[in-house]
Amino acid sequence: MKRKEEDYMQDLREIRSIMERSTKFLSLSGISGVLAGLYALAGAYLAFEIFNDQEELVHGIPVGEQVWDLLFIGFTVLVLAIGTAVLFSVRKAKKREEKVWNSAARRMLVNMAVPLVAGGILVLVLLFKGLLLLMAPMTLIFYGLALYNASKFTFSDVKYFGFVQVVLGLLAVSFTQYSLLFWAFGFGVMHIIYGIYVNYKYER
Amino acid sequence: MKISIDGLHKAFESRIRLGIMSALAVNDTLDFSSLKDYLNVTDGNLASHLKALEKEGFLTVQKSFIDRKPNTKYSMTKDGRKAFEEHLTALENLIKTQK
Repeated sequence: MKRKEEDYMQDLREIRSIMERSTKFLSLSGISGVLAGLYALAGAYLAFEIFNDQEELVHGIPVGEQVWDLLFIGFTVLVLAIGTAVLFSVRKAKKREEKVWNSAARRMLVNMAVPLVAGGILVLVLLFKGLLLLMAPMTLIFYGLALYNASKFTFSDVKYFGFVQVVLGLLAVSFTQYSLLFWAFGFGVMHIIYGIYVNYKYER
Repeated sequence: MKISIDGLHKAFESRIRLGIMSALAVNDTLDFSSLKDYLNVTDGNLASHLKALEKEGFLTVQKSFIDRKPNTKYSMTKDGRKAFEEHLTALENLIKTQK
């Protein structure tokens, strides 16, 4: 009788594990979150150096060299962060003996893509209209919405992470003089905190 | 219906079959290769268990071609969902009463 009970427990554990693995993308690595945060902080610092004259951002439309610098920094941070995330996810999936590109990963990315692409296009439009001050807040809001949307398909804590980004974005839009600071906090500090949290909770 | 005295469904005695049903309970459809990834079984083994579940009327099978390669998609039937849920309840009850 004792042996049977253990069997039933094992059955239930297995059911639970398969349900989770087949619906959630759990190969996200905490370390890549920390690194993404560091890239973002470095990017924010560079942007700050280029645009230390905030007045110019509020009133003028500095289309020219600086805009391309800004675009270059943003793009570099984005590519580095995505590249790192992919690299570490592939490694983690290998360790878990799973495929990284499974149906859960697909579902998570599709759910992220709609808000992210919309946000990306919006930010480019803002850039070319010279509404630079709105760019940082909008990236925060749309990234937050993307995370919130994706949280059903990965660690559920991502939901709170996304929510915080949306709130930071709304604050940044209200206090535009500090928008770069809010951006650095959201994409930099929050990523680092989240990465450490994931590493601590799921990877030990 | 083949149900033993304790309410457990005979078709789910195999852990692979139970695994197939668990994955399909939370995914509308899954193809053969996804199922294989989740369950870590060989093609032949998985195919025979899928066939058995299909015979019970717990799965529906949709065959199609993607880039000229055969692609088979599985989903759970209403009967399958009912049987799986009853099996889960039975498992939970057994664990509760044995404690």
